[in-house]
Amino acid sequence: MNLLLEIGVEEIPDSMLAGALEYLGGAIAGLLKEHQLGEVLVRTDATPRRLVVRAEGVIARQPDSEERVWGPGASAPAAAVAGFAKKQGLAPEQLEILSDGKAEKYSCVRKTEGRAASKILADALPQLVLKTPFPKSMYWTGKGGVRFIRPIRWIVALLDDQLIPFEIAGVPSGNESSGHRKLGAARFPVTYENYEQKLRENFVILSAEERRARIQAVPTKYKCDNDLLNTLVNLTEWPTPITGTFDPEFLDLPKEVLMMVMRHHQKYFAVETPDGNLEPKFVAVTNTDGDPDGLIRHGNERVLRARFNDARFFWNADQKRPLSERVQDLANVTFQAKLGTYYEKTERMDELVLILLQHIANAGKPVTDADITAAKMRYALGTDSPEFYAVRASRLSKADLTTELVKEFTELQGIIGGLYARVQGEPEEVATAIYDHYKPVSMEDSVPRTLAGALLSIADKLDTLRGCFRVGLIPSGSKDPFALRRAAQGIVKILVEGKLRLPIQTLCEGNLQLEEFLAERIRHYFREIRGFKYDEVNAVLVSGWDDLLDVEERLEAVRDVRPTENFEPLAASFKRIRNILKQAQFEGLGDSLQDRLLESGPERELYEAFEVTRLACKVLPDYRSRLEQVASLRPKVDTFFDKILVNAPDPAVRRNRLTLLHHLLAEFSTIADFSEIVTNSPPDQKMASKETNQ
Amino acid sequence: MSPSSALSPQSFQEIVFKLKKYWGDRGCIIQEPFDVEVGAGTSCPETFLRALGPKPYRTAYVQPSRRPADGRYGDNPNRLYKHMQLQVVLKPTPADVIEQYMGSLEAIGIDLRKHDLKLEEDNWENPSLGAWGVGWQVMLDGLEITQFTYFQQCGGIDLELVPAEITYGLERLTAFLQGVDSVYDIEWTKGVKYRDVRYTDELQYSVYNFELADIPTLWRLFEIHENEARRLLTLYSETTDKKRFPLLATYDHVLKCSHLFNTLDARGAISVTERVGVIGRIRKLAVDVAESWVDQSAEREQAA
Repeated sequence: MNLLLEIGVEEIPDSMLAGALEYLGGAIAGLLKEHQLGEVLVRTDATPRRLVVRAEGVIARQPDSEERVWGPGASAPAAAVAGFAKKQGLAPEQLEILSDGKAEKYSCVRKTEGRAASKILADALPQLVLKTPFPKSMYWTGKGGVRFIRPIRWIVALLDDQLIPFEIAGVPSGNESSGHRKLGAARFPVTYENYEQKLRENFVILSAEERRARIQAVPTKYKCDNDLLNTLVNLTEWPTPITGTFDPEFLDLPKEVLMMVMRHHQKYFAVETPDGNLEPKFVAVTNTDGDPDGLIRHGNERVLRARFNDARFFWNADQKRPLSERVQDLANVTFQAKLGTYYEKTERMDELVLILLQHIANAGKPVTDADITAAKMRYALGTDSPEFYAVRASRLSKADLTTELVKEFTELQGIIGGLYARVQGEPEEVATAIYDHYKPVSMEDSVPRTLAGALLSIADKLDTLRGCFRVGLIPSGSKDPFALRRAAQGIVKILVEGKLRLPIQTLCEGNLQLEEFLAERIRHYFREIRGFKYDEVNAVLVSGWDDLLDVEERLEAVRDVRPTENFEPLAASFKRIRNILKQAQFEGLGDSLQDRLLESGPERELYEAFEVTRLACKVLPDYRSRLEQVASLRPKVDTFFDKILVNAPDPAVRRNRLTLLHHLLAEFSTIADFSEIVTNSPPDQKMASKETNQ
Repeated sequence: MSPSSALSPQSFQEIVFKLKKYWGDRGCIIQEPFDVEVGAGTSCPETFLRALGPKPYRTAYVQPSRRPADGRYGDNPNRLYKHMQLQVVLKPTPADVIEQYMGSLEAIGIDLRKHDLKLEEDNWENPSLGAWGVGWQVMLDGLEITQFTYFQQCGGIDLELVPAEITYGLERLTAFLQGVDSVYDIEWTKGVKYRDVRYTDELQYSVYNFELADIPTLWRLFEIHENEARRLLTLYSETTDKKRFPLLATYDHVLKCSHLFNTLDARGAISVTERVGVIGRIRKLAVDVAESWVDQSAEREQAA
């Protein structure tokens, strides 16, 4: 049989359709399977006003089932036997006496008739539907009533032509759907077969793909923006794009501002010329079947004109006071109650960008107070030194928060500052750094284009992280009001993709919580964005992560060497070594290897191979060849474990062997901790599984 | 002839009359504006207090809403210190509430088959009243004309019956219908423009709110009203004769605080740090009034 379920809801927020469908499809497929109603392919669709699940080939009735029931023993009193029989709905003489393998007992076969699919669905669907997860639900039938994303107004629930009877929030299921709010009928009957066609007759296109195609079919070539396109697909039941125009004189305003108004405030597509400039046009997507009189186009053009006029008004008003004068106003803008004003934040960032710049200049050497003093001198003297650009940019970076345009278009903070800096005659390096300093705003976004921009962005984010962690504003679970995860993730991305060598762990100033937080973002970045295996990332990070470019190089080496034959077995042996040392509670501190205690044969051979490898690693040029060198130790390690008893009776020998293993582990863990690598054939099953569960 | 003039031209006041009539015909008590300054129709006791408790209620009223920070000396075509809202509250919400709302647009001459109407998610929250709800902004040809909210909490209290609040921005709606680009060009009634009626208010209140309001005086007034509200709330908690206690008068003082706060804010007298604290003080009063009101309603029901 064919199942049709349509939950008619008042306009569901566009971003919530996908999640709801994913849940409903999975839950209904699961329900059918669980009740032996078939493993069927479930189709889901949605428009703003309906969540739809369809399934073909649902079994009409569960198969009957039989079960043997055991009663009292064969020698039980008659009353007990009669009681059992009655409970099973039988006469005592209808019972059998059989052995259950232990004793002779009264027994019978209980037959359970399979339930009808429609009955099962009617019982299960209300709760199933109400469990749809939504980020913010509401109640509407009164306090304590059911919750959903918006009020449910109708329900279609059919199994072929048969109604599945139930109700949710007082709305009974039926066979009547509802069309487009204005173009369609409010109520009309549907069947499984004609459902999509009936919707179409009532100006509802069920398929999101088809709605998308209609939106894309506009003759004007607009700048495609997939997020906006998806939003519009999910906001309309019968989308029709229209093209409008605006007065070209608005093109004097920055493209960023015009785009922001069109895209974020009006949900319009911007139209570009082939060389990337804006055309005085836009594409709006209506939820109608056309605009024959141009009324809708005219209305949208007027709204856009008013919005652009506002933006122009703000732009002009803001120029009356340049950014350099606005910096002092930041003393009245709180950054965070416990962390002071934006003015104070700016001062900290000024200092921090200088330190970062010095780290880059020193290329790995520690930065001294004298370095910083010298850098401050260069800043004070110069107008075209890197120090000057970076600190000047830092100084002005937050001043745009006091402008009308940023108050109106918060998302353009930084960008507006950069644009203002440029028209106010600041050097291009400064303007670009300010413009870019919130980048990357997402993992897909690019990193700042210049060194000054990258350092300013890191300084801003690092200052926020350090400050928040210092005063205990630490994200927990889904609560991250200061977007610290994004800030930390941004730093990681800038360092790696901007190829900057900065001692990021050192810059955490010994705050262990912040270090762990950052390490988690580093793991996330290399695993989820860069696709390294989680155990490789763990192994490499254990060996240090102060320099993320070095982390990247080591990761690439581990990934490259991992498929070679020696690597994983060696990793398994390292795990074994670590466990042995742990069990022996061997710290190995200060112990040096006693050459005379080494037994000739596998022990001495391992030691000698170890020495060769150690020395070779010092001269080999890259991590990959060093790792290959280390991996070549494998046969020696294997033989050692085959032939040699670490737990020697003589305590001095035992200690010496542990020391050898300790050196081996310590020496070769500078690239990665191999014992973190998850292998298929751990030599010590029990310990290994314990390890991986950590 | 601009395409919008294809819509039947109506004056500002005609539109107000038609909407009031429409909602009056649907069981709403047509109230007159509340006489204490508010930033939105939601703050009026007709909404804020009536939303509480188990009694069904339907009302509609025009509420002049004062937002000192939005004043633009009468220069900006779209922004006003004081704009007019038509506030409709339907408690509990009828199942066809959106259809009824769309009917009200038709009633003022908007042929929805020829226009583009979308309901876009927009949840509403007023932290200083401890109130929030979920709903939409209603977009007509790209213009936000209405805020539609299903209240969930008022004064921090889960509501017994969920009201729908429909708030029309009357100037915007009228400018749309009359096809004018500036609210000041709206025809209020034949031969009279919005500018003639309201420009002087906009100019003078902008000067006061941004330039001349005396900050220490406003703070003193704030404290006077806060203290009076607090004093009354304490009295209520102690009195045995709750039924006749003037909670409505108490709430007036809370609204005064709220408006003074908005004025101080426009004057630039409230730092971001202080802001949260002051909102918290108003919220505390509003929540206490709401709780007392619910408590008193229970007494009223018993007596009835």
